[in-house]
Amino acid sequence: MSVDKNMNVLIVDDYNTMLRIIKNLLKQLGFPNVDEATDGGQAYEMVQQKTYGLIISDWNMEPVSGIDFLKNVRGSGEAYANTPFIMVTAESKTENVVMAKQAGVNNYIVKPFNAETLKAKMTAVIGEF
Amino acid sequence: MSEALPSMPQEQSYERDQVIKIINSVIQKVEHAGDDANTAIYEELQGLQKIIEDARSAIGATRPDDINAKYIPNATDELDAVVESTAEATGTIMDAAEIIMEKAGAIGGEHGDAITNEVMKIFEACSFQDITGQRITNVVKTLKAIEEKVGKMITIIASRIPGIGDSSDLPPEQDTRTADEKLMNGPQMPDKAITQEDIDKLLSDF
Repeated sequence: MSVDKNMNVLIVDDYNTMLRIIKNLLKQLGFPNVDEATDGGQAYEMVQQKTYGLIISDWNMEPVSGIDFLKNVRGSGEAYANTPFIMVTAESKTENVVMAKQAGVNNYIVKPFNAETLKAKMTAVIGEF
Repeated sequence: MSEALPSMPQEQSYERDQVIKIINSVIQKVEHAGDDANTAIYEELQGLQKIIEDARSAIGATRPDDINAKYIPNATDELDAVVESTAEATGTIMDAAEIIMEKAGAIGGEHGDAITNEVMKIFEACSFQDITGQRITNVVKTLKAIEEKVGKMITIIASRIPGIGDSSDLPPEQDTRTADEKLMNGPQMPDKAITQEDIDKLLSDF
């Protein structure tokens, strides 16, 4: 099944710089419909109001972190159980990766990253595009 | 009959005045004894009294409260300013990169694609601001933890040695830098710096 590049993508990061970087990379990869949130709480509200084909979230945010956001998404029932979720974070310890996997993350990108890495991880999660 | 020693508190902690009172009491006893050995003890105790007074003065002169009142707040302000200025600069770089990318799209073709690819590298490199920002935030948190612990230590010391922890009565700290060194403070904080307009006006007044 081909990937619908017009699907809604939600990016979550408390640094405006990262939001702009990811948004521009996604635009370059052909994904124009990108929404932004600055913490897990705001992101969770957005997820409940709109359907997203992909979520890309930072970990280290306040007041609601990326891992709590992931747990909330996965705990919200069938509708969100399989929403592709990529964690993009500077947290690069093994225990972080393990915890994220146990919470239901689909892939994990360590900052700093490049467009090639983002595309590879997205492909692994949503398929070739 | 010589005066009885002052009673000790139950805990093994003594106020400065209590220590001095004890020493004075012992000195008084020895003075009345008139023995050579007692004289030697007397001299030792006088020395001890001086050491305690000197130690108290030395601790006070280090102005330990300056750590919390001046040095750590200055360091955290400087680091906050680093985060703010790099965020601002990164924003400006990305503004320009977005415009270039738009123009590259309009150019199209091989040249347009090549420009776009290079612009994407600029975006990727801009992620330094996020990484350094997080690292600096961690340093600021560490400094604040140190500030809190130093504050607790000063409170404990001040409760036992009156006057420590309050440098307001001390003379201003000596600035031992040379005249040239005093002019080299690095970038000023935005709220303390004068503007280019101020500088131009100042120069035109000469």
